[in-house]
Amino acid sequence: MIEANAGHAYLKIENMWKAFGDFLALSDVSLDISEGEFICFLGPSGCGKTTLLRAIAGLDLQTKGTVHQGGKDVSNLPPSQRDFGIVFQSYALFPNLTIEKNIAFGLENTGRKKPEIDARVTELLILVGLEEQRKKYPAQLSGGQQQRIALARAIATNPGLLLLDEPLSALDAKVRIHLRHEIKELQRKLGVTTVMVTHDQEEALSMADRIVVINHGRIEQVGTPTEIYRDPSTLFVAGFIGDMNHFDAVVTAPERITCGNVELECAPHSVGQGARAIMAIRPEDVIPHGADADASGEVETQANTLDVQVTSMEFLGSYWRCHLAGENFGQGALIANFSMNAVRRLGLSEGKNMMIELPKSRVMVFDAAGS
Amino acid sequence: MVESVRTQAQSKMPAGPAIKGKLSRDDLIMRGGMIVIALYLVVTLAMPLYVMFSKSLSTYRFDLSAFEFQVSDEAGNFDGTILNGAALNEQTGAFDKADLNTNADGRLGVTEFFPEFSFRSPVQYQIRSIAEDGRYLVGSTLYTGTEWQQLDSNTFRRVALRPTQSRGLSNFTEYFSTPALTNSIKNSLIIAAISTVITVGLSFWFAYALNRSCMRFKGVFRLIAMMPILVPSLLPGIALVYLFGNQGMLKELLFGASIYGPLGIVIGSVFFTFPHAFIIISTALAISDARLYEAATSLRASPWRTFWTVTIPGARYGLISAAFVVFNLVITDFGLPKVIGGQFNVLAVDIYKQVIGQQNFEMGAVVSVILVIPAIFAFAIDRLVQARQVSSLSARSVPFQPKPDRKMDRIFLIYCTLIGLFIVGILAVCQFAALVKFWPYDLSLSLKNYQFNRMDGGGWAAYYNSIKLGLLTAVIGTAVVFFGAYLVEKSKGFRTGRAIFQGFAMLPMAIPGMVLGLAYIFFFNNPDNPLNVIYGTMAILVVSTVTHFYTVSHLTAVTALKQMDGEFEAVSASLKQPTMKLFARVTVPVCLPAILDISIYLFVNAMTTVSAVVFLYSTDTALASIAVLNMDDAGDIAPAAAMGMMIFYTNAGARIIHLIASRGILGRTQAWRTR
Repeated sequence: MIEANAGHAYLKIENMWKAFGDFLALSDVSLDISEGEFICFLGPSGCGKTTLLRAIAGLDLQTKGTVHQGGKDVSNLPPSQRDFGIVFQSYALFPNLTIEKNIAFGLENTGRKKPEIDARVTELLILVGLEEQRKKYPAQLSGGQQQRIALARAIATNPGLLLLDEPLSALDAKVRIHLRHEIKELQRKLGVTTVMVTHDQEEALSMADRIVVINHGRIEQVGTPTEIYRDPSTLFVAGFIGDMNHFDAVVTAPERITCGNVELECAPHSVGQGARAIMAIRPEDVIPHGADADASGEVETQANTLDVQVTSMEFLGSYWRCHLAGENFGQGALIANFSMNAVRRLGLSEGKNMMIELPKSRVMVFDAAGS
Repeated sequence: MVESVRTQAQSKMPAGPAIKGKLSRDDLIMRGGMIVIALYLVVTLAMPLYVMFSKSLSTYRFDLSAFEFQVSDEAGNFDGTILNGAALNEQTGAFDKADLNTNADGRLGVTEFFPEFSFRSPVQYQIRSIAEDGRYLVGSTLYTGTEWQQLDSNTFRRVALRPTQSRGLSNFTEYFSTPALTNSIKNSLIIAAISTVITVGLSFWFAYALNRSCMRFKGVFRLIAMMPILVPSLLPGIALVYLFGNQGMLKELLFGASIYGPLGIVIGSVFFTFPHAFIIISTALAISDARLYEAATSLRASPWRTFWTVTIPGARYGLISAAFVVFNLVITDFGLPKVIGGQFNVLAVDIYKQVIGQQNFEMGAVVSVILVIPAIFAFAIDRLVQARQVSSLSARSVPFQPKPDRKMDRIFLIYCTLIGLFIVGILAVCQFAALVKFWPYDLSLSLKNYQFNRMDGGGWAAYYNSIKLGLLTAVIGTAVVFFGAYLVEKSKGFRTGRAIFQGFAMLPMAIPGMVLGLAYIFFFNNPDNPLNVIYGTMAILVVSTVTHFYTVSHLTAVTALKQMDGEFEAVSASLKQPTMKLFARVTVPVCLPAILDISIYLFVNAMTTVSAVVFLYSTDTALASIAVLNMDDAGDIAPAAAMGMMIFYTNAGARIIHLIASRGILGRTQAWRTR
């Protein structure tokens, strides 16, 4: 994995703010992106991720802050004086030009000769696998094909930075998954630094080298997909990416909390003792320990084990989603994902009692004020 | 590994100025272009209107107290007695108060102050003004300032005082105390209201028949409904004169009523506003949602109830919009009431009479200001309603498909045939009258009425001038309008500038042509204005016509541009290509249908317009539409009809060429539209 190093960052954003009247679309955003990295801006709609992308492109200038690209200060330059290619959600293909002319558009007026341009266009068409379609107009292509043409047009001039603004969200689910892979492959082949904006967490997790989670104009967390998923640094990140149970809790000691009247050990955290906190655990991290039949006395005493009842079960294909409730466990049901095997082995069904374990390292604690 | 930036973040943006972006060459070109076109609108619209408005507030009065006189004895010696003009007037009662109100050209002789004055007398006179800017003429020499001038009796009779200008509402006071003038307000409003009700009613059922029935010949009726757009508004007036005028064939049908007056104006107005109302209502009916009708049927609503609960509410914005458009067209129209209004005065004709007939420009300006009020009002409501109409559209609507109903279809066919006969009949009468020797006594055919060069009005040259004006307006106007719309739609930032531009672009729609024309006289005919050189040339006709019809063209262009992907400019900039290349290679080709629509709209209107240009043409630049007006005025009604029909055929021809050209060009350049 490529390490972001402040000294050698290819794209460096420092203390960026963007205000629309009183509304802050970006608040003090700083970010380093290394050369060749694939970065995803991930967040709910209206969080400021597109604003950040457009500021990087110079399409909508930030109110405050700087952008350095390749060591050069581009903070106040117009888009035409920066070095990037861009693909929009709508693709913005020129409807009256054939796809080869669309791709050639940026190659003209650059000192290249006609045969050279033709050769480059052909090369790009082969790269995106649409060589035979070159004489067609955009409207004659499918959405996925249009998307690839837009990509080819954006990289035609070998820009140092590729910006993708929700490039897959206008496509069918199947095409989308296929193109995810294809774009990632292409990016790896070209080694071009890429920033993609998306609201789709799966897309971000599967494509990005690093994910930048943004909420309310602030960066919540920057990290690799596994870091973001396994160690969310805020409750927002925990809730936004993947499924998460959360319960009100009180911190009783470092690495100990009470949740309802259950005492639990938890992973290290930064919430102060006695403070109100939120305990969180992912459904797939709950470990099933069989029905009370095989529960001997020793299990009782084992840390983080709970006696619960299965209140309802949902079959979701590869696993069962179970709603678990225990009298001593505070409010609401705990959701757990159990594999088919586990369910069969333990003979789980609605109404049954069982033991579960919440592994200490997977019990996360967040500041309640941060929610 | 996990880094949290959150903790370092501050929640308040540091003070200090926001980053200012460097402008690229494209930004500069776009802004520069926008400023140029905005300046064009300022010079051709805002400034003339401002000058006209201030003219309506300026009054001219002879200020007698500002002049002093001395009179010598018979030997020519002055005893030093200084006589004030105001005091003299009081003594002699030479002029009463009303006599002292005048206009910019007013002149006042002073011998009346001296009852014993005789031009043969050896008595000498001295005159001066007290104020530096007081002005008086001796013969044709203008004097200002406080220096005494000594004059003998014979010269003294050639002294004329000049008025001083002041600002105030006295022109308006005068206007409102003259019943002959204020009557026109009432007349105009009544005529416009009646015409509106009739036109909207007739065109609604016509549009309804075309959109909601299965009657035959819909295409033919659609064509016929559009015909009146191709002729000047005064042409139906001529036809009505032939039919119902003093020598009219069908005069008896009126049972003694006169066609000259409100009756003629209303019938003619219905004719020329019909297509405008028809287009708007037809659009409103065309977008209605079939699902509502299915729901009404499933609820067992009667057709009558469905009509009132589904059809009318669905078309209500169209109806309101059509009503205000028709109202505006009628109240601002000049040609028709001029031809057939007789003694029935309306505001638009009053402006003409005040300016051309009485040379009272200030009063012309006052009437203009009064005419602008209802016009702006109608325009504002129309804009408001149109904005709502758009938002009521939904992408999921299912278009309504009429089902055959033999009885209703037949009724609609009869109705549309009657309307069609009315429209075609009016045109046919004009054409027939133009071709006969002497209506109604000698109905043998002849082409003598086409010998325009034998009549006053400009002859064939006027016709060619009109075509020239039409082509120039179409080419220059389309270029200016489309480029302006592009700049205002697609340039970044510069918000205030763009908002002001939009405002200017909407303004011409609310300004009646007569008002614009008069404003141009005030502005361009001023010798101090460097643009004075275009006065009396073809250039001012082109400029006024482009400006007069700017709004609709601008809206057409904006609508087309809004349908373009908003990110084209961003993509082009990221590819480091000049925006103007994008404009030429993509924007213009994609918007070509709209561009062609704008150009034919401007051409047809330039051919038919009378109102703005009637004040601005010169003998070298007489126009066909003006020739119709002038020949009619001179009693050459048959040649006027002939010229009117020439305009019709030219416009019809232009439309056909436009259609063929559109198909041809679109076929070649818009291949991408087909999948």
